[in-house]
Amino acid sequence: MEKITFDQLQEEMYYEKLNNGLDVYILPKRGFNKTYATFTTKYGSIDNHFLPPGKEEFVKVPDGIAHFLEHKLFEKEDGDVFQQFSKQGASANAFTSFTRTAYLFSSTSNVEQNLVTLLDFVQEPYFTEKTVEKEKGIIGQEITMYDDNPDWRLYFGLIENMYKNHPVKIDIAGTVESISHITKDMLYECYETFYHPSNMLLFIVGPVDPVQTMDLVRDNQNNKDYKEQPEIKREFNEESAEAAEKKKVLEMNVQTSKCLVGIKSKNVSQTGKAMLKNELSVNVLLDILFGKSSDHYSSLYNEGLIDDTFSFDYTQEQGFGFAMVGGDTNDPERLAEVLQKMLLDAKAKGAISQETLERTKKKKIGAFLRAVNSPEYIANQFTRYAFNEMDLFDVVPTLESITLNDVKNAAVDLISEDRFTVCQVVPKK
Amino acid sequence: MDVISESVKAMKGFKLHVVKTEKYKTNTLVWKMKAPLNKETVTIRSLLPHVLQSNSASYPSTGKLRSSLDELYGATLFVDLAKKGEYHVITMSVEIANEKFLSDNTPLLKKAFQFLSEILTKPNVQGIAFEKETVAKEKRTLKQRIQSVYDDKMRYSNFRLVQEMCKGEPYELHVHGDKEDVDPITPESLYQYYQTALSEDELDLYVIGDVNEADAESYAGELLSFEERTPKTSEPRPGSSKNDVNEVREEQDVKQGKLNIGYRTNVVYGDPDYYALQVFNGIFGGFSHSKLFLNVREKASLAYYVASRLESHKGLMMVMSGIDNKNYDQAVNIIKEQLEAMKNGDFTEQEIDQTQAVIKNQLLETVDTARGIVEVLYHNVVSGKDITLQTWMEEMDKVTSEEIAEVAKKVSLDTVYFLTGKEAGK
Repeated sequence: MEKITFDQLQEEMYYEKLNNGLDVYILPKRGFNKTYATFTTKYGSIDNHFLPPGKEEFVKVPDGIAHFLEHKLFEKEDGDVFQQFSKQGASANAFTSFTRTAYLFSSTSNVEQNLVTLLDFVQEPYFTEKTVEKEKGIIGQEITMYDDNPDWRLYFGLIENMYKNHPVKIDIAGTVESISHITKDMLYECYETFYHPSNMLLFIVGPVDPVQTMDLVRDNQNNKDYKEQPEIKREFNEESAEAAEKKKVLEMNVQTSKCLVGIKSKNVSQTGKAMLKNELSVNVLLDILFGKSSDHYSSLYNEGLIDDTFSFDYTQEQGFGFAMVGGDTNDPERLAEVLQKMLLDAKAKGAISQETLERTKKKKIGAFLRAVNSPEYIANQFTRYAFNEMDLFDVVPTLESITLNDVKNAAVDLISEDRFTVCQVVPKK
Repeated sequence: MDVISESVKAMKGFKLHVVKTEKYKTNTLVWKMKAPLNKETVTIRSLLPHVLQSNSASYPSTGKLRSSLDELYGATLFVDLAKKGEYHVITMSVEIANEKFLSDNTPLLKKAFQFLSEILTKPNVQGIAFEKETVAKEKRTLKQRIQSVYDDKMRYSNFRLVQEMCKGEPYELHVHGDKEDVDPITPESLYQYYQTALSEDELDLYVIGDVNEADAESYAGELLSFEERTPKTSEPRPGSSKNDVNEVREEQDVKQGKLNIGYRTNVVYGDPDYYALQVFNGIFGGFSHSKLFLNVREKASLAYYVASRLESHKGLMMVMSGIDNKNYDQAVNIIKEQLEAMKNGDFTEQEIDQTQAVIKNQLLETVDTARGIVEVLYHNVVSGKDITLQTWMEEMDKVTSEEIAEVAKKVSLDTVYFLTGKEAGK
């Protein structure tokens, strides 16, 4: 077990790679009541085309299967795992993203028992045709719930505009139609491919004893019989740089219009320090352009084009990435036009002062401190960073190192008219 | 076990609550203004904090104000409005880095106090009115905020249930007020109302973090001072005792039907059977081991979400679920059956134990965040009670199955609201 200390943050973390390949991290948090643990596989909605272990041919699986599998792991022969966790005073949950599926619990008592339950339920799948069929009704309602949600439709509409082939454009839960094709055998095939410990990461944060906790996890894993698994082979179709579609307008049962402008990123093969630097530089750039202290924010707000739902975000993973900015608006056409002009101007002129940069860096450093108050943030973000070969605890030093040139380069790299796209939700006529 | 230790001190016109803890890398100030909820003031009150947070005398534009926060290592300023029973509560909070985790050790806590004091006591005023452009902009945003409830169907159906159920009671009001009441507000009337609120509201300041109590007291004393007052209380209103269940069905273009059911619990925070009510709600619908989740979702496969939650100060319980339009009768019946089961004592010791464990866990987790600590402690301000977290957990742990069944019998169905799609064949 390795001990890593972060002096400035006054935190320490323990790490061990177990024999079966599982990465285990423990971050003791004194003074907290809660222990929070996530058990995450590097497997999300985009991993729909892959080579199952021991097979010769690539398979393509129905949209929404990673999320479906997440639901089904909770069900066991003797009932569902939620019951077990609540008996042990824990609350459990899970989520599926584009690139990850995470199982988690938080509890203020019986932490060791809960940890064992977490490891065991994720590592002992139990799928039957009957329970798979039953789940289709439940997930069907989850999908319909999102169908009625204008913010979700707007977000996914924008991503669909950007990508022609990449599976990031597929809704994480799939559709009622696509999940109807899911069978228990497909679930087992996905499970066998992606749930090997060597593709997973366990993160535990809370008032725990690191040595004892690591012993417990190690024993648990050593008692399970995992054969070594070769590297997972995933397949993605070619994706061109420009946005697949420039614009989409969705008519929905709403009273207020919504508009997002998106930019498809071209930096999608970075990992590690390069990725961290780029991601943070883009975040700093967007904050300088559109943060509440920016001139743009004031002028948009003063003109009545935006309200307090206005936001911006940057996502970067292996194979896809995008920036988005927008929110509710009285005039989706004008907002789309103004935002695109602001972005293009930022690239052309790039007039950012050193003072603004320093202020924004300070803001981001403060935001990081606020974020690490949260065990959930630490566990989830650390895992995401680790899957991209980055280190969450490099954030502050990397932020401190960002120069005007970095921000300028980020703008030049990111902003390009052919990678712009617009999605709007407008009231149904 | 760490339980929160709160020290409370009466200051000039407000109470200072200090919770010292070393868990966080930031310090948090939370300012609360509470007044009875009513139609005349709800809209103007909901505009107020948004105007205050836009700018101030020293920072006359949003850009300047927000830049000053950025300079303070991205201190955050956040405003919020809530209904707590029949009270309307304005919250303004400032969170700032604790400099001991920064390479630059300039003390920041006092700056947070100065900032809060600036926006509260030195607003951007011209004569006896708020700056008019600011008011105009925030009125426009408020209208949009009120209107946006319609677009989120989960929030909308919950709002509609409350509106139908509490017709004629202040609680029917939307937390952000009424759209029609926005236009008549003027920079003068808003400023005047602010003076009234500052002199009449119940005011509380919470300071949470690794702070020295004496420092907090001296900053608060030096920077904030208001006239003494006896805060107004809202009349306790027992829920209307309708005999018939009110059924409301509304048609809209939605794919998923939203079923929201309202009950009167006839129990409020601080009542002797409040703890039993908590456990009752947990067994019935509060968690993913509860009867509703098990029977509506896991067994009948009708819904993705189905849950119940309590409004502790008003004495309401709300069940919410998203279902297929055609499954309305089945879902309503299952929910009714589960409540009957609760009244008949049809639940096991295991369900009680599970629920007590999970509620305890939830409370302890809540107080792991600064905002959660304030949330828990503020219940006492709203109710005028003095219940510590320790007492809350101990009392909850003592609840027996008889007490749970007894409190279940007090829970009465009031209104069933269903937002249904247009193709619903019924």
